[in-house]
Amino acid sequence: MTAEAEAAKTPAEYVQHHLMHLSSSHDLGFISLDAWHIDTLFFSTLLGVIFLTVFRIAAVRATSGVPGKLQNFVEVLIEFVDNSVKDSFHGARDFIAPFALTIFCWVFLWNCMDLFPVDLLPSLGEHVLGLEHLRVVPSADMSATFALSISVFILIFVYSFKGKGVGGFAKEFLTHPFGAKLLPFNVILNTVEYLAKPLSLALRLFGNLYAGELIFILIALLPWWAQIIPGLGWMIFHILVVTLQAFIFMTLTIVYLSMAHENHDAH
Amino acid sequence: MQASIPSIVGQMIVFAIFVWFTMKFVWPPITKALMERQARIVDGLAAAEKGQKALAEASSRSDEALKQARTQAQEIVTAANKQAQLIVEQARGDAESEKTRIVAAGHAEVVREIAQAKDALRKQVGELAVSGAEKILKREINAGAHADLIAELAAKV
Repeated sequence: MTAEAEAAKTPAEYVQHHLMHLSSSHDLGFISLDAWHIDTLFFSTLLGVIFLTVFRIAAVRATSGVPGKLQNFVEVLIEFVDNSVKDSFHGARDFIAPFALTIFCWVFLWNCMDLFPVDLLPSLGEHVLGLEHLRVVPSADMSATFALSISVFILIFVYSFKGKGVGGFAKEFLTHPFGAKLLPFNVILNTVEYLAKPLSLALRLFGNLYAGELIFILIALLPWWAQIIPGLGWMIFHILVVTLQAFIFMTLTIVYLSMAHENHDAH
Repeated sequence: MQASIPSIVGQMIVFAIFVWFTMKFVWPPITKALMERQARIVDGLAAAEKGQKALAEASSRSDEALKQARTQAQEIVTAANKQAQLIVEQARGDAESEKTRIVAAGHAEVVREIAQAKDALRKQVGELAVSGAEKILKREINAGAHADLIAELAAKV
């Protein structure tokens, strides 16, 4: 349907058009130093505000008596996250549990944007607001996923220093896992290991959602009568992906931070 | 496909603000409510258990009291039965003796009256016999001559 509306474009142009950000500059390089992805920032902030508003309302109304529906829902999420953290992280959870909750809910809402019809918001933006490009799924933008994973990366060091001390961290970095005699190999291995964490976190989420969006775009290129079955199938599959990726991101964050916090020499 | 450094930095700042907000204004009130509810449930369960125990105790006590009352009632009934039997027995004895007394009195009366009647009859028959004999003898003999004979006869009747 939508593809017909854009009949003037070739399929390649259509796909290309859909993968462009609403950007503050015309820089199209792989890594840009001056392009603000306005669409990603807008939608992610909007979703975050929605999440915080709902949870804040529940928090204000929270009672130790019989909980309402909203409170019940929020409590289920909070207990779920708290238990996930409790299972692997041994220490004060004052920061890490709310951190994990924010990640889970925020990423979940990001991913949910993928369930909107792929042309709905972009064409609304184009025809109503006159926006040339619009990408509505923040997690299909590397900028968003890397923002999260770099934050986690920084926290890995914070928790390492907190859990083992700077000396303990340095010692582990230099002598683990092969022992002091093979110091260069330890350094190489640990560097790769540390770099792999934020990279894999960000790219896993980005790859899943980017691929999902791309498949929706490709399905939108089919004639309208052929879109129903694959569109429906991919949509249902994507409900799983949306939740799973949010859960994976949260769980891995918790695992990385607990690994950083634990003192391996103590064992 | 593009990774933009300004977007990453901006997003990280937004993320930090969101985490701070969650940590300050979302997480504590809800976990506090959860903890309080947990404490209330623990208290409630303990109270329920205590109540149950008290109930069991009270019910066993009431059972005992009931049993005691039942045996007491049984004892009272037995005593009352015995008493009643005793009274009936006594009454029967009294009546029996009364009856014997009355019968004896009646008997004595009858015997007395019979003796009386016999006496009267004897006297009358004697007189009758005398008067009869007098009438007969008036024609034939002098009453005076045979008076001693008549008196002897009258005494024999």
